[in-house]
Amino acid sequence: MDKLNLVAALPEILLLVAACAVLLVDVFARRGDGGTNIDRLALALLLLPALATIAQLGGPAQSAFNGMYVADGIGHVLKLTSYVAVAATLVYGRRYAADRGMHRGDLYALALFALLGQMIMISAGNLLIVYLGLELMSLSLYALAAMRRDHPVSTEAAIKYFVLGALASGFLLYGMSMIYGGTGTLDLDRIAQAMSGRTPANATVIVFGVVFIVAGLAFKFGAVPFHMWVPDVYQGTPTVATLLIAGAPKIATFAIAFRMLAEALPAVAVDWQQMLLVLSVLSMAVGNLVAIAQDNLKRMLAYSTIAQIGFVLLGMLSGVVGGSTEGMADAWSASMFYVVSYVLTTLGTFGVVLLIARAGHESERIDDLKGLSRRSPGLAFTMLILMFSLAGIPPTVGFYAKLAVLQSVVDAGMVWLAVVAVLLSLVGAFYYLRIVKTVYFDEPTDTAAIAPAADARTLMAVNGAAVLLLGLVPGPLMTLCLGAVKQSFGL
Amino acid sequence: MNTSVSFLSAAIWIPILAGLFVLAFGSDRNAGVVRTVSLGGALLGFLATLPLYTRFDAASAEMQFVEKMPWIDRFGVEYHLGVDGISVWFVLLTAFITVVVVVAGWKVIEERIAGYMAAFLILSGLMVGVFSALDGLLFYVFFEATLIPMYIIIGIWGGPNRVYAAFKFFLYTLLGSLLTLVAIIYLYLKSGSFSILDWHEVPLTMSEQVAIFFAFLLAFAVKVPMWPVHTWLPDAHVEAPTGGSVVLAAIMLKLGAYGFLRLSLPIVPDASQALAGFMIVLSLVAVVYIGLVALVQTDMKKLVAYSSIAHMGFVTLGFFMFEQLGVQGAIVQMISHGFVSGAMFLCIGVLYDRMHSRRIADYGGVVNTMPKFAALFMLFAMANSGLPATSGFVGEFLVILGAVKFNFWIAAIAATTLIFGAAYSLWMYKRVVFGEIANDEVRGLKDVDAREFWMLSALAAAVLVMGLWPRPFTDVTEASVRALLDHVAISKIAE
Repeated sequence: MDKLNLVAALPEILLLVAACAVLLVDVFARRGDGGTNIDRLALALLLLPALATIAQLGGPAQSAFNGMYVADGIGHVLKLTSYVAVAATLVYGRRYAADRGMHRGDLYALALFALLGQMIMISAGNLLIVYLGLELMSLSLYALAAMRRDHPVSTEAAIKYFVLGALASGFLLYGMSMIYGGTGTLDLDRIAQAMSGRTPANATVIVFGVVFIVAGLAFKFGAVPFHMWVPDVYQGTPTVATLLIAGAPKIATFAIAFRMLAEALPAVAVDWQQMLLVLSVLSMAVGNLVAIAQDNLKRMLAYSTIAQIGFVLLGMLSGVVGGSTEGMADAWSASMFYVVSYVLTTLGTFGVVLLIARAGHESERIDDLKGLSRRSPGLAFTMLILMFSLAGIPPTVGFYAKLAVLQSVVDAGMVWLAVVAVLLSLVGAFYYLRIVKTVYFDEPTDTAAIAPAADARTLMAVNGAAVLLLGLVPGPLMTLCLGAVKQSFGL
Repeated sequence: MNTSVSFLSAAIWIPILAGLFVLAFGSDRNAGVVRTVSLGGALLGFLATLPLYTRFDAASAEMQFVEKMPWIDRFGVEYHLGVDGISVWFVLLTAFITVVVVVAGWKVIEERIAGYMAAFLILSGLMVGVFSALDGLLFYVFFEATLIPMYIIIGIWGGPNRVYAAFKFFLYTLLGSLLTLVAIIYLYLKSGSFSILDWHEVPLTMSEQVAIFFAFLLAFAVKVPMWPVHTWLPDAHVEAPTGGSVVLAAIMLKLGAYGFLRLSLPIVPDASQALAGFMIVLSLVAVVYIGLVALVQTDMKKLVAYSSIAHMGFVTLGFFMFEQLGVQGAIVQMISHGFVSGAMFLCIGVLYDRMHSRRIADYGGVVNTMPKFAALFMLFAMANSGLPATSGFVGEFLVILGAVKFNFWIAAIAATTLIFGAAYSLWMYKRVVFGEIANDEVRGLKDVDAREFWMLSALAAAVLVMGLWPRPFTDVTEASVRALLDHVAISKIAE
């Protein structure tokens, strides 16, 4: 096999070119009154890596750069979801950005660079590459969060995000160095080899490394007790940046969690399983309970994210008990399905926030949704579907995500944990229902017309329909996730 | 018997598609079209269910009109439908009540008519789905999905306290069903399949059975509702619009009772037998205590709501004596209650549309101004109290007959329902309909118009036919109930 194998990394290379092109074009583009069409250019260029990934789909796993980079099934599926997430954000956010003087080339270039970082994370085969991708993504996102530099709340959120994010990166890097010290390698598959079979002499170092790695991941996921930044950042940053932070990065974080915990460190699974268990239950409890008290929609969605992440962690931890790779594949694919469906739903919910915002009015309070069903029946119905999906009520995709995760939890013999999870999701149902109530049962207080652009409106309809249709026919996506995870485990 | 036409799928999807169509293209501007399309969808859905009865083979206890195709490969979930003697009448009842409800909302609902009709049509399809699903996950999906339209119906078109009632309804029922989800997953892992029929055969230890029994019980008891988890029902009924109350009482309550027959009894027979005493006590409390509670209500809707709980207590009592007559009687009682309680709520709706009050004290002497209405209302009140020659009698009589065989004292306590039922139904009827004309508003009342008359007459015909000639109902259920009881009698505890 070609050691360099650049073809395997074609999507990333194309995306890098695209991001640079956006930067360059922006420099030379004339800024008229109506702004440029730079977002259209970014969207069009995004098609190139997407097509490259689609071309790779279904093929065998490839590696490049001497194993530093892997292109496998799980990577393809997660990358495609990331493209969708970023592309949808650009469409939903165009008018919002234009109204706030953010419709400039840097927004779109940074979004693409963040995406590039995510793709590198997804395809990392080496701890250093994981870190490289993570930093590329994070630095782009810090800058995105700070884009409204004349806005105090936004700036505060950006600083908070930066400081805590840097701390998390430090955790992760420290953990990686311990793993390196314990195994003598940075390659993920060699780490797995070094630890298989026998107990390494320096097991303590490795367990310490795992602690730091899990803490770093929990920071990036926003799991309790490493969640402090999530509500403030979600609320403070301009919504278009919020969606860039809330959507695709979760996919990438899931990917590096998969690469590091499931692929490289299954030998110490019992250790990271316990940590994830605590993180998961705390996230579901704190997220769901605190979300009830929120009256800011973005803050509520932030806590809802924390609770949803708890469910993702639940899937990740539940494949371990039996020790069979089969069970592990089931559990991680359930988590993966959960992440994909979560991102799809989040795109819609923040998309609605973006679409009902207008110049000078953020529309981010829950009360701003009052009577939405009269002001815009289409958006209201989409919101209804999305909220029931987040609450896990069939027939929406959110139900099957919860089902798959619960199935692996019960399979792992932890019935009590499944009961805790469903009871906490009952608590969650309350605040999702409250949104539906605000949208449908309350009379509108705001009468300003809601007239989203045609493309955003169409995409929102597609987004809602996807959440519903994946609820009616969830089979193919589930099978896709399972196949991808199985391929990675060599099943 | 395998038919090439998918009647069950038609009965599920015709109303749902009609509902989605109305939702997508309807608005208050083209309300006339919305009403016509909705009625068309409901009628087509009802017509699709008729062959289920005419082509039904009553001698067989097997599942009929079976449809089966893969749905979610990952878990081996199938789109698996079928009906037996226990479920077939509920499919017809659901489709019939939907037609009635569409007619009932014809003029009354003027605001957001498209959403209203769509919610009921979609709800109808989902409920038919619950009654015909033979796959555990499919059952659960339909069962849960019914919450969404009902939440919307109560919340948008309900009374002043509608938001509270809608939340209580949704969260209460969700609490019950979430643990069922865990039980369903456990059964899947135990049996390797989501098929309910496979679950009927899977051996389980006693402790597993008891845990699963309580997980199911929570979901179904809330839905039925059984005492003491019934408190959501009066709120939901009082606040819901007339159509919502009708569907709630006539069909949604049956989803829970049906769940006992399809899931609890056959899947965990040993636990069901062991805990039968507990269930019988809960049922008797519902019959006696809730019957007394109904007596003192001042709100007509609340009174009928409590009477529903008491009647459903009778149904669960019939189930857990494991007597052929008792179970058959309970099923007949469920269908009869579907007609009667639906009709009672419609009658209250007819009055409410004119007077905008549900308080009994605001009425009196209605017979003087609304004679036709009074006659129909009389019939339903009689049926509600279980008078012979009405449908209400057949079920109650059979259950009491089964109870006498089982234990005389249980039968004696259960038979008090005939007294309480007559007391609260007829006393309410007397206070509302007879006597002096209470006030000028009653004096100004207009009798039922043609739409209301035919809507109530259809139900009256059903009540009378069922009371005079119950054979179609008892015959159809007999073989399936016998098979069910034979199955329950065999222990599933693995040696």
